[in-house]
Amino acid sequence: MKFKLTFNSERCKGCGLCIHFCPKNLLDFDTSVFNGSGVHPVYMTDQASCIGCQSCALMCPDAIITIEKLEASA
Amino acid sequence: MTKVLMKGNEAIAEAAIRNGCDAFFGYPITPQSEIPEYFAREMPKHGKLFLQAESEMAAMNMCMGASASGARVMTSTSGPGYCLKLEALAAMSLNGLPAVVTVVMRNGPAFGTMKASQEDYRMNGNGGYKVVLFAPATVQEAAEMAYQAFDIADQYRNPVVIMADGMIGQMMGAVDFDAMPAKRENLPAKDWALHGTNSRGGKPVLHLPPMGEEHFRTKHWQETVLYPSIIENETQVEIRDVAEADIVLCAYGTASRMCKQVMKELAEEGGPKVGLIRPKTLWPYPYKAFDEIGANCKAIVCAEMNIMGQMIDDAKIASNGRWPVVHVGDTDKDFVSPADIKAKVLEMWEEVR
Amino acid sequence: MSILYERSKCFNDSPFTFCPGCTHGIILNAVMSVVDEMGMAGDTITVGCVGCGGYMPWFMDIDTIYSLHGRAPANATGVKRMNPDKLVFTYQGDGDLASIGTAEIVHAAHRAEKITAIFVNNTTYGMTGGQMAPTTLIGQKTTTSPYGREESHCGKPIRMSEMLSTIDGAKFIERCAANSPANVRKMKKAIRRAFECQLKGLGFSMVEILSTCPTNWGMSPLDALKRMEDEMMPYYPLGNFKDYED
Repeated sequence: MKFKLTFNSERCKGCGLCIHFCPKNLLDFDTSVFNGSGVHPVYMTDQASCIGCQSCALMCPDAIITIEKLEASA
Repeated sequence: MTKVLMKGNEAIAEAAIRNGCDAFFGYPITPQSEIPEYFAREMPKHGKLFLQAESEMAAMNMCMGASASGARVMTSTSGPGYCLKLEALAAMSLNGLPAVVTVVMRNGPAFGTMKASQEDYRMNGNGGYKVVLFAPATVQEAAEMAYQAFDIADQYRNPVVIMADGMIGQMMGAVDFDAMPAKRENLPAKDWALHGTNSRGGKPVLHLPPMGEEHFRTKHWQETVLYPSIIENETQVEIRDVAEADIVLCAYGTASRMCKQVMKELAEEGGPKVGLIRPKTLWPYPYKAFDEIGANCKAIVCAEMNIMGQMIDDAKIASNGRWPVVHVGDTDKDFVSPADIKAKVLEMWEEVR
Repeated sequence: MSILYERSKCFNDSPFTFCPGCTHGIILNAVMSVVDEMGMAGDTITVGCVGCGGYMPWFMDIDTIYSLHGRAPANATGVKRMNPDKLVFTYQGDGDLASIGTAEIVHAAHRAEKITAIFVNNTTYGMTGGQMAPTTLIGQKTTTSPYGREESHCGKPIRMSEMLSTIDGAKFIERCAANSPANVRKMKKAIRRAFECQLKGLGFSMVEILSTCPTNWGMSPLDALKRMEDEMMPYYPLGNFKDYED
């Protein structure tokens, strides 16, 4: 795993832009939870496949995505 | 220093420069164009800013930005331009941003004519804010009022407006700049001025209109605390010969100069004893001055350079039914004269004696 | 572990009150990220406007003044002239800049004021419920052009970047869009170049950014981006209209 995404889920408005722009289709709405606004917030379905392109973060209108680059490891 | 002979408009500008005006933003309009012209010549000599704006509105909004940045700012205009400035003036009053605005009044409404008049007495932007309104009657007074206006604006964090009728702006008069009012000490520091968060250890300054409950609290404080304080401390009036007066004149600006001539003539002719209440601030209006009027007074005559009277409403409030209050002005012709005022005084005297 | 991407540090804890999917948030984050990258957060003064974008001061701990409708360039002139070494920019919508504020933006450019205008163009008055703006496209239905904007009635939409680029005092004018990551990256480059134009004392700069209004267009955020690409971009072409030599 090279990149780690964290989401400020409470601020997610469910607009779906990040899901659309992820070139590897790694994001989706987490239908198992609601945030305080009654929205299914977005979540990362496959962290290991993330290529760190930052498309999701650049396109998030609420700036809820933080991307960390992890140390190279096994 | 000796007295200098100056045009009223220019005296206002020079007084502003002498009390630290950092920036002037203005626009040409008769009868005050000499003010921006004076600033254009003089400000560069002091390393200060003169900028002609694209409109009256832009000039007032430039004042707003510069005032929010801690500068002493001035703009000037006449009635039509004052209309355009009121939006920003209201915003500055709400937000506690000081500025000095000079309005050199001409005939209205709208385009009007170039004739000097006193027809803008009630002009205000929306929402019921108040600003100190100075009404100079001489060139010296215009300078003194412009000078102290900057201190008053900073003290109360509220704009100050100088309402000079067109004659005061245009006439020549002697000015002694060594006789300006004393500079006020201990004015509050402008720690609310915009300079970036680095200038104050990371703390931001936000000049935002108050919203919701905060809006009510802000206005409530202004109307119940700030304005009464200004009324208490900043009301200015000249009261002359009212203790024994049979008739009391009430007038400001050039109309008050005419009244003084009438008083002189009637004193020489042995006519009714005439006193004068001359508001030097139109707001706060000197209501209490009327309490000094003696028991002999039978009528109040308000002399104004307009058709049916505007300031007369405040004189009636001040009188509170104690005396009849009548108007003399441009009712029958285009410019009231001392002879008109004298005739009205004598007419009232016949009616009430 | 290091941070590859995080939102601008200029923001405080307040949630953005923009509608879901509104590109204001994308644009604002991009602008403030550039401010961060330039290390200018502590020496920046923003000038807000009337419109949805006008909420931005509440989201940030940056010196700011909220302007009357259209007057932001005049406020900014006063602020910058008193703070010549600070970064001063306006953040205006199309009603604010291209309608009531046209005189102010033209003259700020004309005087070569060292300020930057961030112009968010979504062809609509969003805040007030979706009325027609000077930038509304021909045929576009809004609450004050319910039958579609007609040229014979109220003219064709106004192109501010093209118009302002004819003014000498305007030294950098570029039109961008917030419709894709690639375009957001280009937008950030343009914003940086505009800010540098100001800080170098060259003159007026503006970045016009095509934006969406999903709520008032009655579209999903993604469909709104598609409308921007299919309908707005042909009329408002992206690109640079005025540039300066390094």
